[in-house]
Amino acid sequence: MSRDRTVPALAAACAVLLVATPLAPQWLVFLLAMALAKGLVVLGLVLLMRTGLVSFGLGAYAAALVGHRAGLTDAALMIVAGTVCAAVLAAILGLLLARYREIFFAMLSLAFSMILYGLLVKSSTLGSTDGFNLHVKSFAGIGLPAGSERRVFYAVSVLLVFGVAWLVHRFLASHWGRLSAAIRDNELRVEYLGASVYRVVYLNYVAAGALAGMGGALAALAVGHVDPETAYWTTSGEFVFIAILGGTGNVMAPFLSAAIFEGLRTVANQYAPNVWQMSLGLAMLAIIMFLPGGLWTLLRRRSAA
Amino acid sequence: MSAILVAEGVYKSFGAVSAAANINLSFERDSVASLIGANGAGKTTFLNMVTGYLKPDHGSIRCDGRELTQHSPREITGFGICRSFQIPQLFHSLSVRENLLVAEGIAASDRVEEATDAVLERFGLAQYAMRPAGLLPEGIRKLLDVALALVAKPRVLLLDEPTSGVAADEKFGIMDLVMGAVRGAGVTVLFVEHDMEIVSRFAERVLAFYDGRIIADAAPQVALVDPEVKRYVVGGHA
Repeated sequence: MSRDRTVPALAAACAVLLVATPLAPQWLVFLLAMALAKGLVVLGLVLLMRTGLVSFGLGAYAAALVGHRAGLTDAALMIVAGTVCAAVLAAILGLLLARYREIFFAMLSLAFSMILYGLLVKSSTLGSTDGFNLHVKSFAGIGLPAGSERRVFYAVSVLLVFGVAWLVHRFLASHWGRLSAAIRDNELRVEYLGASVYRVVYLNYVAAGALAGMGGALAALAVGHVDPETAYWTTSGEFVFIAILGGTGNVMAPFLSAAIFEGLRTVANQYAPNVWQMSLGLAMLAIIMFLPGGLWTLLRRRSAA
Repeated sequence: MSAILVAEGVYKSFGAVSAAANINLSFERDSVASLIGANGAGKTTFLNMVTGYLKPDHGSIRCDGRELTQHSPREITGFGICRSFQIPQLFHSLSVRENLLVAEGIAASDRVEEATDAVLERFGLAQYAMRPAGLLPEGIRKLLDVALALVAKPRVLLLDEPTSGVAADEKFGIMDLVMGAVRGAGVTVLFVEHDMEIVSRFAERVLAFYDGRIIADAAPQVALVDPEVKRYVVGGHA
């Protein structure tokens, strides 16, 4: 049996990323912060995919919105508010969604996402098509020196991602994690063994919602602005793309995949602005055909060799 | 001895086909009964009704006085009624050990890891422990399916053709393992079976189904020589 090196690898990656905080150029800090934020959302998706379900998510718009409307200027409070708000929303919608499977689950989830998008676009109170800026003055009550905000948010993202990834790793290795995989394989047998499939799917959905909220809040802090595009279905599709690109084999896969995706997009946007989506499409085709388990299978093969 | 499982006036039809027509049965604690009959006679339908997968059109099925017909399979499992399947229902991408860990976890066993290792040993599955369930030979898949059903320590165990698809030299071994696991634990066992050697050797009572009806209900040595059973189930001259 091979030893699980996930936690040491996570800790090493966390240390490297933290050391890079004051050294990396601003563009790289931004790129990595976005990759970490998106990776968190995708990690939630991976939880759902373990049960064989794909959610298009509801975006994390609500996260920044709560901060904005409540007049919060503390980044830590905004992250907490975004996470809790998204979890509550998922807890309400999950009551219905957890009854559905496969394409019906995905389409219903997408429908809710588009209702949210419609509300955001039509309501001037919610920022309409322009969205709104985030005004952050402190983190956990400590004032932020001008010009250092983005690097602080990045460092916070690294620490949060490490904590969450460690927790999700523990979760996946637990009975609940195995049960999720068992549901993907055979729901009937899980019920006949005495467990509630509905309950597992529901709680995974709420957890995925919380992670999406946290990721959304971090992305909003990194960008300093939110607009309804974050709740649009193409954004949700992007998360599914990243999830498939990385695979569900390990908690680190979504973050590696998100970093590759963000890097590819930055480079492709610069050198092939009109065809970069096509190159991503071709990459997806290659992944599905040759690496159906995602890029993570390459690393697993290397460590198994 | 008191009855643990009682079915009264149970009817079930699928369109024009009657799968259960006025079934009246009771099963005592710590007993072993075999359900025999040709394909489509109503044996699996009866198991499906007991475990809540199907609702009877009419009638009552009770376990320890508790009505089962309005409950889901999950709730009925909670009442102590567990089953295995004609086509093994496993978690194909998980290893044999993980399959059992899932079952032990659901059953909230005290020491899940130790309990799982004990089941692996008892059922001779230790050598397959790390192999994905989807890659197991049929006999081992059957064995794992039965082992999963036993993890929750049921009071009533329903086995749907536990030896079908199993090599002739393995079928007695599987039944010996199952009966050994439940012996002395007060478990009531109902097993659907087409192999009359298995029925003769392991059943204390035989229920012969034909066209949704019970045509014989007796000890194996009596039921298997019943003219109707010989004609409709076992084959040969009445």
